[in-house]
Amino acid sequence: MASDNYYDPKDLRKFGKITEWSEELGEKFFEYYGKVFEEGALTAREKALIALAVAHTEQCPYCIDAYTKDSLQRGVTKEEMMEAVHVGAAIKSGATLVHGVMMMNKVNKLDG
Amino acid sequence: MLKEKKKKQQSLHRRNSELAVANKQLEKLSNGIFANGELPTFSEKINETNQFPLRPKGLEILQINVGYMCNQVCEHCHVDAGPDRKEIMTRETMEQCLNVIKNTGAHTLDLTGGAPEMNPNFRWFVEEASKVGIKDFIVRSNLTIIRANKKYHDLPEFFKKHNVHIISSMPHWTRGKTDKQRGEGVFDQSIKALRDLNAVGYGMPNSELRLDLVYNPSGAFLPSNQASMEKDFKKALLEDFNIQFHNLFAITNLPISRFLDYLIASDNYEDYMYSLVDAYNPAAVKNVMCRNTISISWDGYLYDCDFNQMLELKVSSKIQHISEYNEEILNNRNIVISQHCYGCTAGAGSSCQGTVTE
Repeated sequence: MASDNYYDPKDLRKFGKITEWSEELGEKFFEYYGKVFEEGALTAREKALIALAVAHTEQCPYCIDAYTKDSLQRGVTKEEMMEAVHVGAAIKSGATLVHGVMMMNKVNKLDG
Repeated sequence: MLKEKKKKQQSLHRRNSELAVANKQLEKLSNGIFANGELPTFSEKINETNQFPLRPKGLEILQINVGYMCNQVCEHCHVDAGPDRKEIMTRETMEQCLNVIKNTGAHTLDLTGGAPEMNPNFRWFVEEASKVGIKDFIVRSNLTIIRANKKYHDLPEFFKKHNVHIISSMPHWTRGKTDKQRGEGVFDQSIKALRDLNAVGYGMPNSELRLDLVYNPSGAFLPSNQASMEKDFKKALLEDFNIQFHNLFAITNLPISRFLDYLIASDNYEDYMYSLVDAYNPAAVKNVMCRNTISISWDGYLYDCDFNQMLELKVSSKIQHISEYNEEILNNRNIVISQHCYGCTAGAGSSCQGTVTE
């Protein structure tokens, strides 16, 4: 390992190399990946914002790096980007909090 | 803070910045990652597809830079233009240009600057050049000049009278991003100028008075799909400001002059060069603008493009000045290249007329 860190920004450029150790699966993945981000029923700009929100909920540094840049390239403003991140954060916190109902159900059953 | 603000209002030349010297820029572009083999040089790259040396394919566009003086000091200006630049084309050089325009095989005449309108002989030159009847006569107007002073307020009418095609820069449809790159207050003045142009018929649907906008990114990233950006720009400018225009040209920022200075200062230089090289598209090389353009500087020297002009890389030909112009000899030259050329071959390619591939 040349780097002292688990994450190295330079590794993002090497993503394509994963194909070298499993050509068929790697190529299928990148073909699928490329297709997903093409203009479709959703615009590429909308997809970039979804990807940016998911990149944050997944806490993937490579994805945050890539989709912040991709969003800027597509003319997305920082206000739009932050709102997208909040959508991810709201779902994340909502997903935690909605489990509170489970806790309440359990309390009510055991000690209601 | 104040010092920083003042700095932003001055050209690199005025600040005596090291990068005001063309050779220093060329050194930066040839050393480091391009000297240690991390990235291939542009000549090595185009040689992979047997496109070295790059050769002209016939002259179509004469681009004349009538001076580096400008009322704006945009953060990314490749000309290093500004109010403190005094290089202005003389009437004598303009007369030499007119002789060339009368005899050229080019179908497009493209006037640029600085703010070309600030040249004291600008109107005379436009009147004379428009008499020649060249097919597409472009003036690259920064928009704010129209609102800068009363003496410029009639420019939309003047352009209309001479059937000039207007191309103007607009980095974004929001105030914040535009002002960050082009200076405080530029967005509002640009909107007013666009309304003035629309009012005389420029940019309206089916109008023959062409008004195109240039989008170049506001930071250290590449432009995305030109057609999608055009759609977004049209929607936003119409809905928010009732402004219309014809086409949007997406142009990549080339790593020279003030943009190079910005890349280095913001620690983005290497990443940006990697982005350009990663996005290299051999198909774009076939249509790069230096293959159909001659760029003429304020003092009459000839270059393969406006960027080479700013890097002081004159055409590689025995003809180097407008006074001795000979199209046949000029068409038989090798184009001068360096690593900044990657800016014109990234993605869908980039030129003063936008992307160069389908």
